[in-house]
Amino acid sequence: MKSQKKLWIGLFILALLTPLGVILPAKFKAGGAWGEWGPEELEKLIGYVPEGLKKLADLWKAPVPDYNFGGEGASMIIQVISYVASGILGILAVAGLIYVISKLIIKNEK
Amino acid sequence: MHIPDGYLSPQTYVPLYGATFVFWAVALRKLKKELSTKHIPFLAMAAAFSFLIMMFNVPIPGGTTGHAVGAGIIAILLGPWTAVIAVSVSLIVQAIVFGDGGITALGANCFNMAVVMPFVCYWVFKLIRGNAIGGARLFTAAFLSGYVGLSVAAIVTGFEFGIQPLIAIGTDGRPLYAPYPLSVAVPAMALEHLLLFSVVEGVVTLLLFKYFVKHEPDLIYALTVKEA
Repeated sequence: MKSQKKLWIGLFILALLTPLGVILPAKFKAGGAWGEWGPEELEKLIGYVPEGLKKLADLWKAPVPDYNFGGEGASMIIQVISYVASGILGILAVAGLIYVISKLIIKNEK
Repeated sequence: MHIPDGYLSPQTYVPLYGATFVFWAVALRKLKKELSTKHIPFLAMAAAFSFLIMMFNVPIPGGTTGHAVGAGIIAILLGPWTAVIAVSVSLIVQAIVFGDGGITALGANCFNMAVVMPFVCYWVFKLIRGNAIGGARLFTAAFLSGYVGLSVAAIVTGFEFGIQPLIAIGTDGRPLYAPYPLSVAVPAMALEHLLLFSVVEGVVTLLLFKYFVKHEPDLIYALTVKEA
């Protein structure tokens, strides 16, 4: 039990450090990941937006796109706060989903 | 490495959903057999770790960004089938809540990062480790597990991007989905990972492995389970 507590604390510390994931790319002037361009970005790269891509690209409106609560053009400080909040929200969401799955598959025994 | 919606043709994402479903079904069956209530928190921690580590975007100065996935250390600690579930859960939440990776591409993303990667990581670890119970060989196995696993996953992803212009072309002769051919997509995905992101994955795998060997050796599946 003691080791579990330590590991959870480690994960929350990791969540507090996640803003490095926006600060460092900004510092080193790095863009997004290869192959993850939005339609506008892709148009700049190749001069057009592929037809099929155009239809599928906006299929899903995520509640918190890009781990950012401030929307496009949010200041760095908003992004940093958003990242920490997203990290903690993510921990809760994945843990919740794991508990649901576990309950479903081991309900028959005790 | 989270493929967004629109980059893969249905001819690609549907079969990859199918393949992923097969692995999910087998993984859940195995989990059902082996999971006891005391393991659930570790499964949750693994999923949370994978979720968080993917938020650490590592920059190539003036270039792209990438990140570790955590599938290597999870496969070593909990076994590859459990890693399938843990990393998949993390990818599902990333896609649905945070729009990181597409919904149509979710099967593909889970296939690359939650199926291919943990198994490659696990096999590499087993292969390099041999019978070593400590020392340089064991730790080399941990580093290479993460390094090779993420690299292979990235190359598979590059392949999925690269075959799109071969599969789906519009009436005007232009690609309908991911536009770059294999000759661009595979080297792009391979190089950035081989040179940087996979090194990060290897180091993360190694450091955590060292921690667990020292403090929680009983928790390490790959060292306690005898079967391959």
